[in-house]
Amino acid sequence: MASGELTSGAYIKHHLQNLTFGKFPDGHWGFAHTSQEAADMGFIAVHVDTLGFSFVLGALFLFFFARAAKKASIEAPSGFQNFVESIVDFIDENVRGSFNGKNPLVAPLALTTFIWIVLMNTMDLVPVDWLPSLFAAMGVEYLKVVPTTDPNATFGMSIGIFILILYYSVKEKGLGGFVGELTLHPFGKWMLPANLFLEGVNLLAKPVSLALRLFGNMYAGEMIFILIALLPFWIQWSLSLPWAIFHILIVLLQAFIFMTLVIVYMDMAHQKEH
Amino acid sequence: MEQSILFLAGSILMGLGALGAAVGIGILGARFIEGAARQPELIPMLRTQMFIVMGLVDAVPMIAVGISMYILFAVAG
Repeated sequence: MASGELTSGAYIKHHLQNLTFGKFPDGHWGFAHTSQEAADMGFIAVHVDTLGFSFVLGALFLFFFARAAKKASIEAPSGFQNFVESIVDFIDENVRGSFNGKNPLVAPLALTTFIWIVLMNTMDLVPVDWLPSLFAAMGVEYLKVVPTTDPNATFGMSIGIFILILYYSVKEKGLGGFVGELTLHPFGKWMLPANLFLEGVNLLAKPVSLALRLFGNMYAGEMIFILIALLPFWIQWSLSLPWAIFHILIVLLQAFIFMTLVIVYMDMAHQKEH
Repeated sequence: MEQSILFLAGSILMGLGALGAAVGIGILGARFIEGAARQPELIPMLRTQMFIVMGLVDAVPMIAVGISMYILFAVAG
């Protein structure tokens, strides 16, 4: 809720500001206290809230899934073990459906991206003011709860995927094969610059579209939750409930699309003949 | 003056995004129902594929809505 002196614009901007730790222009290190200070830090700054929440959620995922795997039993499977097994089966089915190469890394990679993104997106369903006001009581001025509404997080993931695409393209096809695919493909060898341009755009568009799609969807969803939070207290439920229910679909769908595209890109990196 | 242009920009963003998504998802849903009517045994597979494409189609207008909301309420408002 907006308090008396706060305008709606300031409230929205406050909610969209990351907790930034970095180097001030005068040389000392510290947390930015205004968005201007955060912008002045430039490149040498990290978003502590994004890093913190994504690490905690990733650790939760690893902890619970490893525990389920260690405690797995055939005689008396627990409810959580069945849940984990159904997720693993679901990922396995998808990888078998669209990945034709031989690589033991792809299925775990798909599982990790899917669950991690689902968990990070699910932070969107926590009411927008709960965690920021809790942390504000402990002296933290800015807090953005959903890591995927920060382009740094989504680009971090997609650039990681991009490096894997390059690595496996070179490993499976050889450097010559990969360069050949980039330069000789649509028009034959006499149109080499045009080929390189088209295939280069195609290659670079993969991480950019992957990251921006996830970021844009989550940012838009968060934006609408923040706008709903500006309404009077007694009417909020009538809008935030339907939007939250619709948002559950987007949360799962975007994680699923990210995972599917990761599998498809890895499959393209492993295909020898075009 | 400047503020009214911002309001216009936000509303055009939202409207054109919705227009594109409406056409896209309309065609997608129509083809899905067509395919399901022809071969009902393929419905689970078709549904999965439809949701993937729907996520791809839906992403851009959703982003447009988010950015236009930001323009309307945070920049202009």
